[in-house]
Amino acid sequence: MNLEEIKSQIEANVPGCSLEILPNGSPSGQHSLLVDKEHALTVASFLRDGASPRFDYCSNVTGVDWPLKEISTKQKTKKLVDGVEKDVEEVIKTTTGNYLEVVYHLFSLEDRQGPLVLRMRTEDRAERVHLPSLTPVWRSADFQEREVYDLFGVLFDGHPDLRRLLMWDSFTDFPMRKDYVDPDDYEYEPTAHDEVLKRTQAHYAAQGEPSEAEGAR
Amino acid sequence: MDEQLKNELRRQGVVATTLQELYNWGRKSSIWPLNFGLACCAIEMIATTMARYDLARFGAEVFRPSPRQADLMIVAGTVTKKMAPQVVRLYNQMAEPKYVISMGACAISGGPFKQGYNVLKGIDRYIPVDVYIPGCPPRPEALLDAFLMLQRKIDEQQLTGPDRPRHLQAELPSEFTVPECSEHDLTPTRNDAIWQVPLVNISNAGKNESGRD
Amino acid sequence: MSVLTEASIDTISKPANDHLHGDLLEISMGPHHPSTHGVFRMNIVLDGERVVKLKPVFGYLHRNHEKIAENETYLGSMPYTDRLDYICSITNNWAYALAVEQLAGISVPERAEYLRVITGELTRLQNHAGLIGFLLQDMGASGTPLMYAFREREKVLDLFEALTGARMMCNYMRFGGCRCDLPDGWMEQARKVVDGFPRFLDEFERLLRTNEILMARTQGVGIVTRQQAIAAGISGPMARASGVNYDLRKVDKYSIYDRFSFRVPLGEHGDVYDRYMMRLLEMRESIEILKQAMRDLPAGPIVDPNTKLRNFRPKAGEAYGRIEAPKGELGFYLISEGGPNPYRYRVRPPSLINLTLLEEMCLGQNVSDIVIILGSVDIVLGEVDR
Ligand code: SF4
Repeated sequence: MNLEEIKSQIEANVPGCSLEILPNGSPSGQHSLLVDKEHALTVASFLRDGASPRFDYCSNVTGVDWPLKEISTKQKTKKLVDGVEKDVEEVIKTTTGNYLEVVYHLFSLEDRQGPLVLRMRTEDRAERVHLPSLTPVWRSADFQEREVYDLFGVLFDGHPDLRRLLMWDSFTDFPMRKDYVDPDDYEYEPTAHDEVLKRTQAHYAAQGEPSEAEGAR
Repeated sequence: MDEQLKNELRRQGVVATTLQELYNWGRKSSIWPLNFGLACCAIEMIATTMARYDLARFGAEVFRPSPRQADLMIVAGTVTKKMAPQVVRLYNQMAEPKYVISMGACAISGGPFKQGYNVLKGIDRYIPVDVYIPGCPPRPEALLDAFLMLQRKIDEQQLTGPDRPRHLQAELPSEFTVPECSEHDLTPTRNDAIWQVPLVNISNAGKNESGRD
Repeated sequence: MSVLTEASIDTISKPANDHLHGDLLEISMGPHHPSTHGVFRMNIVLDGERVVKLKPVFGYLHRNHEKIAENETYLGSMPYTDRLDYICSITNNWAYALAVEQLAGISVPERAEYLRVITGELTRLQNHAGLIGFLLQDMGASGTPLMYAFREREKVLDLFEALTGARMMCNYMRFGGCRCDLPDGWMEQARKVVDGFPRFLDEFERLLRTNEILMARTQGVGIVTRQQAIAAGISGPMARASGVNYDLRKVDKYSIYDRFSFRVPLGEHGDVYDRYMMRLLEMRESIEILKQAMRDLPAGPIVDPNTKLRNFRPKAGEAYGRIEAPKGELGFYLISEGGPNPYRYRVRPPSLINLTLLEEMCLGQNVSDIVIILGSVDIVLGEVDR
């Protein structure tokens, strides 16, 4: 299975869609295909019915949260300093992320090929972000898209029954987002460290009992 | 009647007993647990009732699906926040006298999943627990041990006097507040009447010990 | 954000002007119900005895496995995987180890692969044995079949305990191998268990295969067609009962499954009976695999010496690894950012996805059939809700 080939197949059959191959740095070599959300549904039905091999089995659907992240890379440049040429390190700041991603793992039952990793991205990480639902194409995405809605807060347009899957209905947060804050129900821990220690200190700071935070160190 | 005389009589074929002993003996020998499992620990609970460990030897093999017919609730597994109201409600529906065994690390404190956003950090925040069994999961032998412990506890109960158990004191509550799932968490997050934060302050605890002199 | 909730009973249209029909009855089955195998809940609307609507409600055992794993080191999540599908801890370990091995490019020595196959197939045996016990219990054969099944299961658990120190939560795999080698005498014991297993299966079949009540209750009930199964992503024995020839041990040939000769049983009707038989037949094939693996087990190291246990940081990238777990395709999707813990950790739960068709299977059936349809799917709530 060649990702380039599938990409050109889709491009030939779904006019106007923009696709991008995202390389994967790990030895697994599972590169993925980024689809724009306007054409995602057509691309999906083409992959199921028209492509060769036909991807009739959608195994896994999940969300990934990419908050805004600043990456600073150091670059060495030569500059004239006081008339002498010197190596100067310059820090270049770029930002990535600030979107939610939904990932589909597709397989072909007939040709026993896969996985084809399909991705969609939202514009930003607002509370209401919309993506098209692929449940009309692959029924197996039904519960899994509900789960992504529940835990990440992506609203899938066209989903037949979009409700929270795991948390209760009146719950308002999206706990799998990276910036989710647990309710402060800290309880004494004898060996608090790392994350837990931070929560300990935050808890006692909120309660105004600084001495106990020290006690629990 | 003193023990010696009783034993003497028993040797002669005369059984002398008190109403309290008889009553406790009857109750402890037929504890009917609620057929109620939550997670992994429930599988060990089932294994305990099966042929090898045979819970029936202790008169407790009759697992009742209805809380109205059960005496004992074995909280076997992780109690999530979504499940906690139901657990408390089931407990409230049981008839007195009723007992609770908290089986496994999860039911005691949240166990390995303690840091989870949907995990209750111990069922004793909402209902009183009689026996705790640590383990993840506790072995069937541990559950059997908990049964024996509960039987001993029942055996020692006094029918009269100030120490009599809850079900004989009309003014004590037998139902507890059912928490509600709200926007971020359960409300209330615990029942303060039956649960206090365990020993919190290490620094103070240390001081107390050294300050004994 | 507005709350999206389930459509209420009023939206279901009743048969018009039919005074023979009474009111529809809405019942909530679970989360405390003895036949839901845990804390599963279904909102059911009944017309008399007939199911007209069924909505599963999940999440009563949502233990935040994924969130916890994202704050945990790679190895630190291994014991948590035990508690996913808590009946088959070893295959969960295996799927996770496989995904990490793909992510970091780790190879597994020969002996470890054999040990994985042996323990994995033993896991399949005890899972399927337990499942048919529970299924028959749900069908009303109270006690006895479950007792028989658990008797066999205990024998397998004894093997696990001797090998890993725990009956249920084995925590046996490591990235690039297994945690410990076989203790003395384990192999003889295991041979005894495996050789004795067909007798148990024979006994079971003799008792129940042609039992009239069993046939009447299971045949033609809860049918899933091949097309439905593929569309809904059904996997494992449930898909094969509907005639989908897709067994990852044959398809992916992961580990060393290409070395063993075994057959993949396929069903025709996709009903509860086929699913029940599928488990019985698969156990026989597992026994074949076990015999071959035990015969060929080579000597050698059990873990890849180049794998780091401490400070394990795979380089940035992602991987989706999957195995044929007893319940179906169990997959792990991991994204690494180069740190000590996974950036994204996702479990593809076969139990959850196999429930996609629960409503379709139950519509039009009697309320008593819901129980056995659910039982035949083979779910474990730890995996459904994670
Ligand atoms: S204590 Fe361990 S075995 Fe028991 S429910 Fe919790 S995680 Fe599962």
